[in-house]
Amino acid sequence: MQIEGAAVLVTGGSRGLGAALGHELARRGGRVVLAARGLRELRAVAGAIRAEGGEAHALEADLGSKDAIYPLVGAASALVGPLDIVVHNAATVGHLPLRSLADTACEDFGRVLEVNLLGPFRLTQAVAGQMALRGHGLVLAISSDAAVNAYPGWGAYGVSKAALDHLIRTWQVELGASGVRFLTVEPADMDTRMYAEALPEAERSSLARPAEIASRLADLIAGGEPPDARVRVAPGGVAA
Amino acid sequence: MRPAVWPRDGRRETRLLHADPHTGALLDRWITDLPGSLRAGDLLVVNDAATLPASLRGRTAGGAEVELRLAAATSSVREWWGVLFGGGTWRQRTEDRPAAPELGPGSTLGFGGQLAATIEAVSPISPRLVLLRFDREGADFWAALYQVGRPVQYSYLAGPLPLWQIQTAHAARPWALEMPSAGRPLDTGTFDELRRHGVSIASLTHAAGLSSTGDSSLDAALPLPERYEIPVATAAAVGRTRAHGGRVVAVGTSVVRALEDAARAGRGRVGPGHGLATLRIGAATRLFAVDGLLTGLHSPGTSHFELLQAFAPAALWATAHRHASAGGYLDHEFGDVGLLLAA
Repeated sequence: MQIEGAAVLVTGGSRGLGAALGHELARRGGRVVLAARGLRELRAVAGAIRAEGGEAHALEADLGSKDAIYPLVGAASALVGPLDIVVHNAATVGHLPLRSLADTACEDFGRVLEVNLLGPFRLTQAVAGQMALRGHGLVLAISSDAAVNAYPGWGAYGVSKAALDHLIRTWQVELGASGVRFLTVEPADMDTRMYAEALPEAERSSLARPAEIASRLADLIAGGEPPDARVRVAPGGVAA
Repeated sequence: MRPAVWPRDGRRETRLLHADPHTGALLDRWITDLPGSLRAGDLLVVNDAATLPASLRGRTAGGAEVELRLAAATSSVREWWGVLFGGGTWRQRTEDRPAAPELGPGSTLGFGGQLAATIEAVSPISPRLVLLRFDREGADFWAALYQVGRPVQYSYLAGPLPLWQIQTAHAARPWALEMPSAGRPLDTGTFDELRRHGVSIASLTHAAGLSSTGDSSLDAALPLPERYEIPVATAAAVGRTRAHGGRVVAVGTSVVRALEDAARAGRGRVGPGHGLATLRIGAATRLFAVDGLLTGLHSPGTSHFELLQAFAPAALWATAHRHASAGGYLDHEFGDVGLLLAA
């Protein structure tokens, strides 16, 4: 997928990997729309990208809210054109500090699914039709190692990411023949605020920097066919 | 004909009245029968415009209630043409709505504290049609518009429409002020079936405008000039289809307007690029680019109905309209559709 000139939407774009990916894709010529809750932080990221000479726009949206999806896609498409690349990066780990499933409120579990699973479903549905009709597009979901391995305290998050992987795989078998590509990526653990909030005592020096992962992700987007519908991305490279 | 008062749950539950302009035959079908009504080698062209929430409630500087319906974008990002209504809501018929106070250039309008506009000019067509300049642009403008704007809708509907109900399944850039509704019954599965039958599908973007304002002088001027863009691949597909004896079937009158305008600009050949559709299509119009039409069921007297007569004589439409009314078909944007094409 050519990044230069592509209309890109990155959710969860106000910090961490989303912000880094916004910078990286704009640096490579993408016309970037960043979406997240919290307009101030989001505007600061878009402003920094523009200061570097890139194109970036900030749209406030709660990806867990059904009513937010069409306004977001509409405003984004008005700004940069029919979306070519959508990155589902917005996510919540749920209740902090993390709790076991036995102690997780249904409402907290539901909110994790709304943001991490239903949000990407609704957003994909709002763009997949035009992508399939044009025979062109990339939907990339940020998954997690917690989608594959069960970790105490990460139940709701892990379930949402496992389901997200399957959601993307299913979109791929249903619409892949149209020329639209659906992909999930498991990034290495990164030094982000989300990670620090979930695991305050973790050793930060062993974590990847979001910018390194963003750069590998941009390589993956710009490159040819990835090896699989789900790939792992670390600072050193991409693996199936 | 009775109006559809609410969108159906499933796009595929839409009925299709296939009228053959040569024989006059009327065939009762479903939208899912569309692949069988077309031939291998035919091309279906859809309008991929997403629909804006183009109705904005606001107040004048003097505090009077107004509704602004966006009517056309201009080449300047902050400037739009719009139609003003006075108080009241979509639940009243547009012709029964009170007029907005007459507002001259320099008058300001505020929309919920999030967006404001200044009137720059008043159209000679009607004092209700005004050129406005909004107070913001870029992401700030679009975010505010999507926050304060609501779908343009009419009094026959049962309730306020959420934004997603006025989008086709293939909506891309938000250029339309009212939904390009002929494409609404088409979903991804129907497109797949059409392709399996050898029918190609292409898209263009056309800024479908308001269908009615309740102001007779303004309604007589509809449709206003509407911008469109035809992609290179679509222009090529139209040329290829016609060269091989296939038929170009427009989904909706907006597609007819765009393709026929482009064909005139290209001296009979549809070329790619941007344009402004100004052509008024009616019984006397010779069609250069389009052979058939999938359309909503429009009532006599509307500009849409006038356009249909380029495809078949008014008498056939009158017969089809009676057949559809007697058969329980539903009209308006969430209703059933007609296909005008040799069977």
